[in-house]
Amino acid sequence: MISSVITWLNDPSHWRDTRLNTGIITQLEAHLRFSGIALLIALLIALPLGLFIGHTGRLSWLVAAANALRALPTVGVLVLLTVMIAPNFHGRTDTGYVIPTEIVLVLLAIPPILSNTYAGVQNVDPAVRDAAFGMGMTGSQVLLRVEFPCSLPLIFSGFRSATLQVIATATIASYIPLGGLGRFIYDGLAQQDFPQMIGGGVLVAALALSADLLLAAVQRYAVSRGISGRISKKQVAAPDSRLATVTQAEVATV
Amino acid sequence: MIRFDSVTKRYPDGTVAVDELDLTAPSGKITVLVGPSGCGKTTSLRMINRMIEPTSGTIWLDDEDTAKIATHELRRKIGYVIQHAGLFPHRTIVDNIATVPYLLGWDKKKARSRSLELMERVGLPPHFAKRYPAQLSGGQQQRVGVARALAADPPVMLMDEPFSAVDPVVRDQLQAEFLRLQEEIGKTIVFVTHDIDEAIKLGDQVAVLRVGGHLAQLATPAELLTRPVDAFVAGFVGRDRGYRALGFSSAGTISTHQEQTAALGAPTPYGAENGPWILVVDEKQIPQGWLDLDGVKPGENVITDGMLYRGGTLATQGGTLRAALDAALSSPSGRGVVVDDAGALLGSITASEVLALIEGREREPQP
Ligand SMILES: Nc1ncnc2c1ncn2[C@@H]1O[C@H](COP(=O)(O)OP(=O)(O)O)[C@@H](O)[C@H]1O
Ligand SMILES: [Mg+2]
Repeated sequence: MISSVITWLNDPSHWRDTRLNTGIITQLEAHLRFSGIALLIALLIALPLGLFIGHTGRLSWLVAAANALRALPTVGVLVLLTVMIAPNFHGRTDTGYVIPTEIVLVLLAIPPILSNTYAGVQNVDPAVRDAAFGMGMTGSQVLLRVEFPCSLPLIFSGFRSATLQVIATATIASYIPLGGLGRFIYDGLAQQDFPQMIGGGVLVAALALSADLLLAAVQRYAVSRGISGRISKKQVAAPDSRLATVTQAEVATV
Repeated sequence: MIRFDSVTKRYPDGTVAVDELDLTAPSGKITVLVGPSGCGKTTSLRMINRMIEPTSGTIWLDDEDTAKIATHELRRKIGYVIQHAGLFPHRTIVDNIATVPYLLGWDKKKARSRSLELMERVGLPPHFAKRYPAQLSGGQQQRVGVARALAADPPVMLMDEPFSAVDPVVRDQLQAEFLRLQEEIGKTIVFVTHDIDEAIKLGDQVAVLRVGGHLAQLATPAELLTRPVDAFVAGFVGRDRGYRALGFSSAGTISTHQEQTAALGAPTPYGAENGPWILVVDEKQIPQGWLDLDGVKPGENVITDGMLYRGGTLATQGGTLRAALDAALSSPSGRGVVVDDAGALLGSITASEVLALIEGREREPQP
C-alpha cells in the first residue's frame, strides 16, 4: 500500500498536466491560491479587529461570537452558500464556486487569529501598559509600539493554527467542482484509486507542514528576543545578592 | 513645584480616594507620601501626570494648570517610576531608557548616547545596553526604570513604591544611591511608599495620609518623629520614634576619651587599662575591632584578624547622636569608637556620656 502511494507520487506524469488530467503542480497552485487568499482576507479582518478590541476592551462579545463560528459544519455551509451563490454566475467562469469556498475558509481562519490577537493584547503586563502611557505615549503609540510587539507570539500561534486548518480544509473546494489538492482525494475515492487518494492526503499534509515551518522561521525573525526568551545563558541576570555582598562588606564595623 | 489645590478623587463606585487635598511639593525637593494601604497615595500621585483625572480641584505644575496640557505632552515632561519597573520586555535596555527621547523625536544616536550616560549614572555597566529586561534582576530593572524616567531630563519625577519589590539589602543600596543621585540632579520628586522608615530616610518633607485620602500631617522627618500631630500619626510613625529622631540631631563636637590601642600583627599585650577589651587598629589608625584579652595568652600570640570582635558600629565626629549612641551600645567594651572623616581613630565615648549630650540638647529651647 505504502509503496503504491510512493509509486503514484513518483510518477512524473502525475505532476504535469495532460490532456485528460490536471497535474499535481497545477492543483498545488490552486490549493495555495485558495488558502492564501482566505488567510490574507482573514488576517486583514481579524488582526486589526483583535488589536482594537484588546486595546479598548470594547466589542469583546465579537470574540466570543467568532469562536461560536467554529461550531458551524464546514461542508454544510459550503453547500448552502454554493446553492445560494453559484446560480448568479453563468458561463465558463468558476467564480460562483470560488466565492463560497473563500467565505467558508475565511470564516474558519478568523476565530483563531481574532481570539489570539485579542488575548495577546489583553495579556500584556498591566505595569508595562501603565508605564507606556505614563511615559507619554498616545493610545495608538501604546498599541503599535508596545501592545502589538508584545502580543506577537500569540498572534503568530493563532495565525499558524489558522493556516493549518485552512490548508487542510481547502480540500473541500474539490467537493464542489473546483481544483486544489482535494481533487486527488475525491477523485481517488470515486475511482477506488486509493494510492491517488492517499497521495493527495500526503501532499496536503506536506503542504501544511511546510507552511508551518515557514511561518515558524518568520516568527523567529519577527518576535523580539526579549519576549521569545532566546537569550544567551551567559547573560542571564546576576542575582541581586551578589551586589548586596559588596555593599555589606563596605559597611564599616569594629 | 507641584501644588494640589483642594483636589478630590471620587471613583465611579463612590469610593473617595482623595478628599480635598491641599499639598505643595517644592522644587528640587523630595516629598514623600506615606500612609497605610488604600489611603490614596497612588491615586494622588497618578493625578499629577493625569493617569487618573481628578474629580475636582486643580493640580498646578509651576504656574500651569495640568488639566490644560494635553496628557501625552504633560507626561513627557514628568518622569514616572513604578513598583515593578514596567520595562518594555521587547526592547533592549538602551532602547527602554531612550523611550521618551524617541517620543520627543530626538535622533537615534543622540537618544542612545543619552541612554548610555544614564546607565552609568544609575550604576549599570555599559555591557547591559544590549540586554533585555528579562536578563536583569529586580534591583537592576528598577535602576533601568529610574534611568528611563530621567532620560529626557524632566524637571519632575513621580515614583510609586519603586523600591518595595526588592529585597531589603538591595533596597538600602538603591535608596542610598537614589539620595546621592538626587543631590546631583535636584529634581522635584513626589515619592510614594507605605514604609515609614523609607519615608523618613528619603523625604525632605513627608506627607502622612490617612485612609479616605485626608492629609494627617505634612512635616520634615525630624518633626514627624518628635512632634506627631495626633494619635494616628504617632501610631503610624511607630514606637521607637524617639530613638530614630536622634538620627536627625547632630551630636556636635564630641569630646572623647583617649583609647588605648594595640596594632594588628603585634604580639598580644599584657593587659589593658580599662578591663579586658582593647581596641585594635591598623597602621593608619583605622579601627579594626576589639580584642578580648581574657581569651588570649599575653605576649605569645600575634594579633590576627580572626581574633577580633567586629560587631560594633562607628560614630563619626560631627555625625548624629543616634550614631554615637549606637556606637556606644554596640561596643563590647561599652565604649563607642569615634573616628574622623578619614576613618582614623579619635577616641571613645560611653553611652552615659551620649545620654548626657541628649539631655543637654533636650533642655535647649526648641527652635
Ligand atoms: N479604579 C478604582 N476604582 C475604585 N476604587 C479604587 C480604584 N483605584 C483605587 N481605588 C480605591 O481608592 C482607595 C485608594 O487607593 P490607592 O490610591 O491605590 O491607595 P494606596 O496607593 O494608598 O494604597 C482605595 O480604597 C482603593 O480601593
Ligand atoms: Mg499604591
